[in-house]
Amino acid sequence: MSTPHMIAPRTPRGREQAAPADRQLDLLPLPSKEEEAAAAPPSAPPAAAEPALAPAMAVPDGSAAAPPKRRATAEQMAQKQREISISEFFTKNRHLLGFDNPSKALLTAVKEAVDNSLDACEEAGILPEVRVEIGELPGGRYRVAVEDNGPGIVKAQIPKVFGKLLYGSKFHRLKQSRGQQGIGISAAVMYGQLTTGKAAVVVSKTGRGRPAHHFEIQLDTRKNAPVVLRDEEIPLEKDHGTRVEIELVADWLHGQRSLTRYLEQTALANPHAAFTYLRPGAEAIVFPRASSEPPKEAVEIKPHPHGVELGALMLMLSESKARGLGAFLCQEFSRVSSRLADEICDRAQLPRTRRPSSLDRAQAEALHRAIGETRIMAPPLSCLSPIGDELVRKGLINFLSVTEADAPDPEAGGGAEEPGRGRGGAEAAEERAPDEPPDPEVARIKGQTFFIATVTRPPRVYRGNPFQVEVGLAHGGNWPADRPIELYRFANRVPLLFQRSACGMTDAIVKTDWRNYLLSQPKGALPVGPMVLLVHIASVWVPFTSESKEAVAHYPEIIKEIQLAAQECGRKLAAHIRRRQHADYEAKRRSIFELYIRELAHSLHGLTGRPEDRIEKKLLALAKGFTGGEEDGRPERVENEEGEEPPARAPSPPEDEAE
Amino acid sequence: MDATSRKTTQKLVKLAEDVVAQASAGRNPAVEVPTRSLANVRFNEKKRIIELGGDKQKRLFFNVAQAKKFMQTFLVGAACRELIAEGKTTSIRDLYYLTKHTLGKTKQNTFEEQEESDPIIEDLEVTVDALREELHLFASNKGNLVGEITLVDSGDTIDARRMGSGGWGVPSIVEADVIQFKRHEAKFVLLVEKDAVFRRLNEDRFWKKHHCILIHGGGQPPRGVRRLVHRLHDELSLPVYVLVDNDPWGFYIYSVVKQGSINLAYESMRMAVPRARFLGLSSFDKERFGLPDNVTIQMTEDDERRGKQMLAYPWFEQKPWRREIERMLKSGVKLEIEALSSMGISFITDEYLPKKLREGDWLE
Ligand SMILES: Nc1ncnc2c1ncn2[C@@H]1O[C@H](COP(=O)(O)OP(=O)(O)OP(=O)(O)O)[C@@H](O)[C@H]1O
Ligand SMILES: [Mg+2]
Repeated sequence: MSTPHMIAPRTPRGREQAAPADRQLDLLPLPSKEEEAAAAPPSAPPAAAEPALAPAMAVPDGSAAAPPKRRATAEQMAQKQREISISEFFTKNRHLLGFDNPSKALLTAVKEAVDNSLDACEEAGILPEVRVEIGELPGGRYRVAVEDNGPGIVKAQIPKVFGKLLYGSKFHRLKQSRGQQGIGISAAVMYGQLTTGKAAVVVSKTGRGRPAHHFEIQLDTRKNAPVVLRDEEIPLEKDHGTRVEIELVADWLHGQRSLTRYLEQTALANPHAAFTYLRPGAEAIVFPRASSEPPKEAVEIKPHPHGVELGALMLMLSESKARGLGAFLCQEFSRVSSRLADEICDRAQLPRTRRPSSLDRAQAEALHRAIGETRIMAPPLSCLSPIGDELVRKGLINFLSVTEADAPDPEAGGGAEEPGRGRGGAEAAEERAPDEPPDPEVARIKGQTFFIATVTRPPRVYRGNPFQVEVGLAHGGNWPADRPIELYRFANRVPLLFQRSACGMTDAIVKTDWRNYLLSQPKGALPVGPMVLLVHIASVWVPFTSESKEAVAHYPEIIKEIQLAAQECGRKLAAHIRRRQHADYEAKRRSIFELYIRELAHSLHGLTGRPEDRIEKKLLALAKGFTGGEEDGRPERVENEEGEEPPARAPSPPEDEAE
Repeated sequence: MDATSRKTTQKLVKLAEDVVAQASAGRNPAVEVPTRSLANVRFNEKKRIIELGGDKQKRLFFNVAQAKKFMQTFLVGAACRELIAEGKTTSIRDLYYLTKHTLGKTKQNTFEEQEESDPIIEDLEVTVDALREELHLFASNKGNLVGEITLVDSGDTIDARRMGSGGWGVPSIVEADVIQFKRHEAKFVLLVEKDAVFRRLNEDRFWKKHHCILIHGGGQPPRGVRRLVHRLHDELSLPVYVLVDNDPWGFYIYSVVKQGSINLAYESMRMAVPRARFLGLSSFDKERFGLPDNVTIQMTEDDERRGKQMLAYPWFEQKPWRREIERMLKSGVKLEIEALSSMGISFITDEYLPKKLREGDWLE
């Protein structure tokens, strides 16, 4: 097996290891209908609403005769009712942020920091150089450090960025970025603090000649506010960048696999970035940059009118400083000209001069409906920054090269026996190579042949949000041909490692009929074959199913685009497989004929006494003419070797007759 | 080298020369192999034997599906030519090992198993129109003979009355140049399907009491046994009786003895005994002889399918045969010859066969 650890664990042992994270996560999203029904039978009052009036628990089943005794009054309860801070909420519901268990915590902490680094570099137009360090400490603790060469963070912001949940620069704008909620890194800080009591250490420098700031930050969970334990200036050699260190309790043994996968796949989707990964007990991994071309800058856009929900619209109306409705529509939204604003106002039967904040609920609703009924140009697509065909391809090649060079996975069960099979395939490819037309989509990596195809779809819109889908596949090598393909999901260049089955991207791939593209596919499952499939969705707002950003919601527009891209890639793959099958067939055919010719020549010599090599030569010359499996047509041109005896005009008598 | 051998050699060489000539002329080398399949056999109503039709199949060398067989045909041809030249004869199993070898540096062999080489031999026989024996080949020996006859086998005189419990082993090649009949008192030939039944009858000296020649072919009788029975019938005018199990396979064996097999249809002329008589076991024997119920065996799906196929054979067209087969299918059970032992160990010798022969209770 070529890339043992990038492939989802397949050995029974590997499966056990990966399972806890996956399994627990799959339970996460909203309880299923059945669960809800079980928790609250339709007839019973909602348990939380009137706990005091519904003491069903205290009464043994069937003995409802005794009148229930009141236990708490509304006043008593009022004493307990108070605001819950966002940090308190997430402390209890840490799984929502991806910190459900110690093996996953490691990955989530690294991921939040790395995503931020890549975002910051991209925004600043810097080619990222990211260093990830995991250090082992006594007592099941680990120190996670992520350092970048990004623009840095100004001193005043550092405490809030790392010590306050829901604080960030990306939530209030519409622009493609990895982070979007303003929770990520502070959640990691909070988790570290909860499990070890230690503060996070942040060092950041914003430019040459400026001082680097060294902070030690904790998070006051009651108030959801930062507590700065230390703040000092230190000398730092590099010009700019940020380093964050978090100590946390983690399960390295079980967590390392997904961490490596995350970094590999992040490198794959960010070919412009370089990564160094230092880890305990194993060699460092370096992912070099595959392209020195920074991604196209994603431009911030205003929301598209068709994407706004009524509540959001009402909020915007109440907060707007615009003097009239017409101006409000033009200023707050993209693609609304003043003529179009007039049209919307007319349709809503509201004057365009009306002060936005004066609209009541019914009028806001009328406006919302009018927006929905008006034809509006699709949102500008400059806000998207897909990876691009060429870079997906480079990323895949780079990925295949690096992951291969990496230490073999000791758990790659059948690994030992597979190289033989694979090498055989590679040799066959080599043999074929001379007379096979060069296939630009075929890459030879580490002695193995891979077919690579990529498709970038034109941008589309779901609920007013532009998005774009890319699909890339690598097929071949000596990957096992009888196992499901590897599906790598990405959203805004961030790999999604968990909740695979809950994800709309998986669904789109499973529902694509890959048998059309010469792969086998069990019903309702991923196709089977030696293939890695990459699916990337780029959007200003990726509809995740939860805050941990692990699965994409099932929007039909998105699913359809993914399928179209997959089909396009699939067609390329099918053409390639067909070409290969044909080439294989031809090569096999030719070599088999050569063997048979040798045999036949020998037998004919034994029977006729004619020279064996002459017969063989004749047959070989003939073989060239008979191509393509035709039955008994004459070859176009028969090459009779110069100076050869004329065709058996005077057969020499068999020896026996001479007796 | 005798005339037959010379002639056979010429036929083989000609086949090879044709191929060389075709190759030299830039044509795809081809040999024409008479088709040995059900579609190309005819039941000759007059002679009442299965005959090979005139269909031929072109076997091309430059054809992915046929190249291997083509190569194999000449591999066997060359081996046979050598055998003839050296004056040696060998079994078809030996020939398989003789011609089997690895192709180049692959894992493929010229032949993977004997099942692959046997049909090639048969192909060669029909293609050059030579008998297996003329190619100096024989099938495995299987089948024994005892009874009231003295014959010569490769110069040795064999008194078949004094062959002990096992009998004389019938060789594969029983042509007149190898086997000559010297003297006999036999009135008929009894061919039984099974060795065990043969031993029982031999121990009881059935052949002595009833003046016959007793032969078994160990299931489907091999070519040597069939050819010998044919000769005994033809040259000594002895009627031939066949005793087989009451099941589709037994009936099939009888039918092969009688009119030849589809596979070796080209040899029916010298093998088949169209007037061979089916003595038993009949589907009605169980009742007639009052055999107990517990001796029957349930028919399998295969048996049933085979039985139904047989109803379509032209030689089982006559009413009594239909009754036999339909009765068997309807009862859903089959009966082995050994089932007769349930009536006593020598019931078959003392009662069953004498009664059948006496009463003329057979089918033709
Ligand atoms: N390494 C960094 N370099 C520069 N700015 C950073 C860095 N890390 C974080 N920031 C800033 O801090 C903000 C908060 O980061 P945080 O990860 O908490 O939220 P986010 O990335 O906006 O959203 P999400 O919760 O989806 O990750 C970011 O929006 C960004 O402006
Ligand atoms: Mg973030």
